Amino acid sequence: MELKDKQVVAIGEREGVNGPSLKLLAESAGATVVFSVTECFV
Amino acid sequence: MEQPAILHSSYILAHAPDFVRYGSKPRREIEVDPSLLGQMSDSLRSWPEMLSYPPNQTFIGNLTPDELGAIPRPWFENLVADAGVDGPFGRIVDQAALYGLMKLSDDFDLMTIGTELAAEAVAALADFDQRMDRITGVPAEELSQLVAGGGGQPLFHKGVVAGFLRTAHDKDPSLDAAVLFENLACKATAVLAVWQVLKNSSVSPDDVDYLINTGEEAVGDRYQRGAGSLSKAVGEVVGCVNATGSDIKAFCAAPVHALIMAGAMVASGVHKYVVVLGGGSQAKLGMKFRGHLRSGVPILEDALAGMAFIVGPDDGTGMKLRLDLAGQHPIGAGSSPQAVYQALVVDPLKRGGLKMTEIDRYAVELHNPEITELGGSGDVPKANYRTLAAMAVLEGEIERDGMDEFVSSRGMPGFAPTQGHIPAGVPYLGHAHAAMRSGELARVMVVAKGSLFLGRMTQLVDGVSFVIEWSDD
Repeated sequence: MELKDKQVVAIGEREGVNGPSLKLLAESAGATVVFSVTECFV
Repeated sequence: MEQPAILHSSYILAHAPDFVRYGSKPRREIEVDPSLLGQMSDSLRSWPEMLSYPPNQTFIGNLTPDELGAIPRPWFENLVADAGVDGPFGRIVDQAALYGLMKLSDDFDLMTIGTELAAEAVAALADFDQRMDRITGVPAEELSQLVAGGGGQPLFHKGVVAGFLRTAHDKDPSLDAAVLFENLACKATAVLAVWQVLKNSSVSPDDVDYLINTGEEAVGDRYQRGAGSLSKAVGEVVGCVNATGSDIKAFCAAPVHALIMAGAMVASGVHKYVVVLGGGSQAKLGMKFRGHLRSGVPILEDALAGMAFIVGPDDGTGMKLRLDLAGQHPIGAGSSPQAVYQALVVDPLKRGGLKMTEIDRYAVELHNPEITELGGSGDVPKANYRTLAAMAVLEGEIERDGMDEFVSSRGMPGFAPTQGHIPAGVPYLGHAHAAMRSGELARVMVVAKGSLFLGRMTQLVDGVSFVIEWSDD
């Protein structure tokens, strides 16, 4: 998926990949992260 | 310095099928689509099904985690033939008993139940010896009038209205019946757990100096929502007349924080006997019910849990708390799984001159995978054990092809209900104690994580850990 110049909502999970990590990844791929959060679904 | 030890552990489960509709997720979903209530009710488990569910029997100690792992899944189809309500370190009670415990824990006459339910509750709590005279009921007509008058929440038993919980203040959302229901359910399950742990030990209620509650409830009124305490409220019911107490709030990690603090209190001589306790999370009942309905399996989040631990001076019978090996996740540590386990496991062990392979068993987040997989969260303990094994590879302690063996020998299947703070490592303490007594284990590490970010005040994760060892070492 091409993320450059896209706006991204990053929802991470505590037991998987967390929100801040997703944000970092998306930004490094050229996206703008408009919201990021970590949830706990267990 | 006094050497602190975990002397006793107790775990309880309370079957609560008619409480599931008031879990946070079901309550919200049913409001949007009322037909879900019927679907949900049809998928609730009977008392024998819940009682003989292998993870539940493991929770109270009638099966070891290894024995559970040998039972083929799905566990809800492979029930335990000779399941008992009592186990070596716990018990399972039915919903009538739960109502009885709530009724006797209700200091403000918030809750009214019918005479039939009251009689059933008294019978179900036959050996409970505190405040039983408070379990009284009202005639059906009186109850109907109360429910029709509104200003509270109807309580259901066997699918029909059998009680009522009134709102304590109509202008205070923190004292709404829905909130009070969560708090009272938490208090009642904690009461049973503390009563049980004291009953099973030589420590009497009036020996207890301090109580630390670790539940995920939010007690308080509108001016201090969540700032209140359940510790003394629970201790009062079970006769801990010489104790004071406070509550530790750290999401799922609270019990491990509290056990470390309890150990420090004992070590310093501030207190001799400290009870760490936690009641059930009503809000979490049925949290993944949509996944269970979609998959055609019973709703497995149908029970409230409770637990209690006595920490005191090491008398040769308990598990030594190695406070020198307590681990913590510092603010600056980073929140990747690798960073978390570096801080919680590798760093404290290195500090003590120990290798990861010198820990016989790790107790991590012990969520029952049968519940979480259907909710889309996978097998939580397994993922944690894989990460730990990877850390052992990185540390050069094992080869990469030894990861599976590391996971199988030092891990275990998840068996705890998804009740927030309950699964966070500590459900293994009872099993660890039994295995240490029999010489199977010498050293265990308990690791818990807390989701600080859920309250939207920080993106940080939290975590703490401790090591326990057998006293005879």
